[in-house]
Amino acid sequence: MRDAGAGPILGGCCADGLTAAAVEARLASAERWARPVEGGGSGVDLMVPGIHCAGCLGRIEGGLGRAEGIVSARVNLSLRRVRVVFDPAVTSVAAILDRLAALGYEARPYDAAAMAGIDRDSVGRDLLARLAVSGFAAMNVMLLSVSVWSGAEAATRDLMHWISALIALPAVAFAGVPFFRSAAAALRARRLNMDVPISLAIVLASASSLYETAHHGEHAYFDAALGLTFFLLIGRYLDHRTRAVARSAAAELTALSARAATLISADGARETVAIENLAPGALVEVAPGERVPADGRIEAGTSDLDRSMVTGESTPEPAGPGALVHAGTLNLSGPLRVRVTAAGEATLLAEIARMIESAERGRTVYDRWADRAARVYSPGVHIVAASAFLGWLWATGDVHRSLTIAISLLIITCPCALGLAVPAVHAVAGGRLFRRGIFLKDSGALERLARADMVVFDKTGTLTEGRPALAAGPAAGDPAWPVAAALAAASRHPLACALAGAAAAAGVIPAAVVEIREVPGSGIEGLLDGRRVRLGRAAWVGAAAGEATAVWLQSAGAPPARFTFEDAPRADAAGTCAALRARGLGLALFSGDAAAPVGRVAGAVGISDARAGMTPAGKLRALEDLARQGHRVLMVGDGINDAPALAAADVSMSPVAASDVSRAAAALVFTGERLDPVVFALDTARMARARALENFALAALYNAVAIPVAMAGLVTPLIAALAMSGSSIVVTLNALRLRGAR
Amino acid sequence: MTVLGLLIPVSIGLGLLGLVAFLWSLRHHQYDDIEGDQARILFNEKDSPEG
Repeated sequence: MRDAGAGPILGGCCADGLTAAAVEARLASAERWARPVEGGGSGVDLMVPGIHCAGCLGRIEGGLGRAEGIVSARVNLSLRRVRVVFDPAVTSVAAILDRLAALGYEARPYDAAAMAGIDRDSVGRDLLARLAVSGFAAMNVMLLSVSVWSGAEAATRDLMHWISALIALPAVAFAGVPFFRSAAAALRARRLNMDVPISLAIVLASASSLYETAHHGEHAYFDAALGLTFFLLIGRYLDHRTRAVARSAAAELTALSARAATLISADGARETVAIENLAPGALVEVAPGERVPADGRIEAGTSDLDRSMVTGESTPEPAGPGALVHAGTLNLSGPLRVRVTAAGEATLLAEIARMIESAERGRTVYDRWADRAARVYSPGVHIVAASAFLGWLWATGDVHRSLTIAISLLIITCPCALGLAVPAVHAVAGGRLFRRGIFLKDSGALERLARADMVVFDKTGTLTEGRPALAAGPAAGDPAWPVAAALAAASRHPLACALAGAAAAAGVIPAAVVEIREVPGSGIEGLLDGRRVRLGRAAWVGAAAGEATAVWLQSAGAPPARFTFEDAPRADAAGTCAALRARGLGLALFSGDAAAPVGRVAGAVGISDARAGMTPAGKLRALEDLARQGHRVLMVGDGINDAPALAAADVSMSPVAASDVSRAAAALVFTGERLDPVVFALDTARMARARALENFALAALYNAVAIPVAMAGLVTPLIAALAMSGSSIVVTLNALRLRGAR
Repeated sequence: MTVLGLLIPVSIGLGLLGLVAFLWSLRHHQYDDIEGDQARILFNEKDSPEG
């Protein structure tokens, strides 16, 4: 969960080199998350992904609680969040963030109102309340049944039955509502779903038991009706939990991205507005380190732009007044004023959004196993039960006996095990992925992931780290090194950061360069022993430009020294690709970057099918071609240019540092600097499929044994309910085996 | 058998008590931070659940 909003450049690199303006802009935007709370003061909700244990909890609550101006600080350890109430006159959100940073925790404010609906989880609570009521009633009725089994007779038995009815009928009426509602909705649409036989079994069992009770009968089956409801509700609740966890992960990602722009009004005043409220013609300021909020034209300022999120090109480019910029471009070195030219429908983002939409419409709707099984199963159950009723009626002419057998059949074939088979597996698999920092956004994705036979990677930011690393420079000990190190340390341009990092790693002691000044779009210059030294573009220092990404150092009395850079593959990229190939998946690389860097990365990780210079539409077409050839593609990408392809692919994954659109389009989002979550997710999905299939097999086996026995009239509704519960427990235990898998 | 007249209401009443206690805890945010609550028992500071 770390580093969600910031791009790869901000992550760790040169954090202390932030210019004052950028820091101010960032802190000013933090204040707008504060909101007034009841009883005075302000409140702010923070996500703190680094909270792991009781120690963290004590440190944060203790550390914040003692700080001046803070009324209360409350950690939620399960959700890794902190709610702080403070006195706005004494302290600020920025000060709280600083305080947490000093304690060693990276915190991000988020929009609590946007998460409230999901956090409250009213559906889950409703299910839990119904589960509690049916559980309570089932236990009590079972107890009463014991006395009937052990031989209660006449008036005592009637008393037991009446008390059971008194408990069971209101409980069934309350706890069965989710099934009745869903069955009614299906019948209105003239369809059958699993809930129709379930509702029928519950209602018939209750009604016939009531009839029996009123006529002083020997058997009543309130316990069967309640046991059925109770076990089915467990399945329903598990299914809901999986979906809720997935939804909450998705919402957390959106709530994290602070989508605001600094608007410059006609009189020069600055104001923070939401991106949605930007209109064409507005003038916005983009501080270094921020992303451009909307498509526009640069009005003032020069800087270097990192377009990798938009186009996939990895090399930063200089830009000055008059240049066009797209939303999502990262501003690197100098403050820019941008006149918004397009908003809403006309932007590149809107164009991408349209592509995503059409790609999603074009994708074949994937049937979830459980739904497919339900379509075959529920009519079957009705036919079997009805034919049993008619058969026994014809053979014996005993309506009561025939009805009891039909009810037993409905209960024993109740799709409990089937209903639990997939949700239980998905709940366990989802939890397993969550612990490894992989968020599953919809549970169908797990099934689609298990079927994938090909993986398509994006290059920049996915296979590679998305930031340059020094590839070649002057030999160690060369006099160029100390000068370059001193100049590079003064800038937060990614190339300078990479150079400074490499120099520090090599133990170079920076030279005493003074009057260092950054020239946005060109480089850095300063004075060494009274003579000018420059580090920057080839043209600016008077060297011949080459093909590779490079900066040059010019110092008096020496030929310019060249430092070349490459966007290095992630540390485990080659290993991940090898692991995927070993699992029988085909690999491909689709990139918007130029052929040379794409070829180098493809060679380094061992992908033979590498395509360079692809547009978003081109990626989309290529994926559609693969789908036509019968491939089931897993797409892994991060840029805005990958978003349509992510939506079109059978299943998709995106790193958490990706652009908002891509994170929204991807079915799974993974955190961290490594690529091996792709393999982990794939293995988990395949194991989950194996467990789900086993569960189906178990449920089918159970039905194959139970149905003939019940049709022969050898099963009472109570035994049917017990058998049904037994099969549910077996299926759940099988799903739990996934938890312990290595 | 008359003892049943006493025992059955008592047993059902006790069960109901449990049910009501559970529904109360559900409505009063007792399950919002299960991991946090199990950690808080280790601290000496005065503490009460949120909400």
